[in-house]
Amino acid sequence: MHYIEPHAHMVSRTTSDYQQLAMAGCAALCEPAFWAGYDRASAQGFYDYYRQLTEYEPARAAKFGIPHYCWLCINPKESEDAGFAREVLQIIPDFIDKPNVLGIGEIGLNKNTKNELAIFEEHVDIAKKYDLPILIHTPHLEDKLKGTKLIIDALKNANVDPARVVIDHVEEHTAGLVLDEGFWAGMTLYPESKCTAARAIDILETFGMENIWMNSACDWGISDPLAVIKCALEMKKRQHSIKTIQKVIFDNPARFLKQCPNFVLPETP
Amino acid sequence: MPTKTDILDLYFMDSRAKLLDIASYLDRLDRHPGETDFRQEGFLNALQAMLDAKENRTATVLNTLSDHSTDVAEAATIQTAYGAPQVD
Repeated sequence: MHYIEPHAHMVSRTTSDYQQLAMAGCAALCEPAFWAGYDRASAQGFYDYYRQLTEYEPARAAKFGIPHYCWLCINPKESEDAGFAREVLQIIPDFIDKPNVLGIGEIGLNKNTKNELAIFEEHVDIAKKYDLPILIHTPHLEDKLKGTKLIIDALKNANVDPARVVIDHVEEHTAGLVLDEGFWAGMTLYPESKCTAARAIDILETFGMENIWMNSACDWGISDPLAVIKCALEMKKRQHSIKTIQKVIFDNPARFLKQCPNFVLPETP
Repeated sequence: MPTKTDILDLYFMDSRAKLLDIASYLDRLDRHPGETDFRQEGFLNALQAMLDAKENRTATVLNTLSDHSTDVAEAATIQTAYGAPQVD
C-alpha cells in the first residue's frame, strides 16, 4: 500500500528513517518548517534552515526514491518575538520559488498571544500575495481549543479560501469546528499529546472521510515516522475497505496538495 | 462495520490496562508526600465529566481540560502547555 506523509520533520530524523519510510510505501513526504526544540539566535539561522529544507532534505529523500516537499514560515513559538519574526519573514521570498516549496506553514499559535496572532496574520498576507496554500499548526493541549477558534476567526477576517488551508493537529473537540467552516483537517498520530491510531479512526468514523488527512509529525520528540501506515493497518483491523484506507492516506492528501503549484502526484505501482 | 464484540476483542484488554494505569496513578499520588496542583484538579474534573457524559466522551474530556478564556493573551510567559487549564 502506498501513502503520502503530509507532515514530517525530517531534519530531526535519521537517514534510516527515510529507508523505513520508503520500505513502508511512502510515495511522497512533506516537511513544514517548525520549532527546532530551541529558539534560534539569529534570522540567519532560518536562512540555513530553509536551505536545509529546500536543498539538503530533498537530496537525502531522493536517495530512497521519495519526493520531498516543504512549507516555509517561522513557527509560532519563535513568533512571540515579533521583531525577530519579521526579520525572518523577509527571508521567505528568497526561497518561495524553490521547486519543492508547497506553501506557507506550519504557521499558527502556541500560547494564543497578540504577537503570535500578528505574525500569523502577516504569514497569511504572504500566502495571499504569492497565491499559495497554507498549513496551520494548532496549539498544544489546553491551548488548542482557544487557539483553533482564534485561527479560524483570523482566516475568515482575511477572506482566505478555506479549501486551500489545512488546519492540523485536530482532535475530537476541534475537528468539527475546522471541517464545518470548510477547511481541511489534519490529524497527528503522536504519542501522549495528540491522537492515537484508534482515536484518529474514531474521528474519521465520526466526522467522515472527506477533507481530512493523517500524519506522523515525527520530529525530535518521541514520535513514530511510520505512524501513518501503522494507522492504516489499524483501519484494516477495524474492517475499513482498502479503498477507504487508500482515500485517507493517499487520495485525500494528494487532492489537497494538488492545489500547490509545485506538487507532482507521485507515481505508484 | 465491526460489531460491539469485535470492538471488545480489539480494544478491551488495552483499555483495561489503561484503566488500571489510571487507578494506579491515583493511588501513587495519594501515597507520596506533598500537594497536587491544578493539573490533578483538571484530571479529576475530566474523569468525572467522562463518567457523567452519555456520548462524545473524548471531546468532553478534552473540553474539560481546555482553556475556555476568549481574550488574546498579552504575552507568553512560558512556551509549553501543561495539559490542564490553570484557573486563577
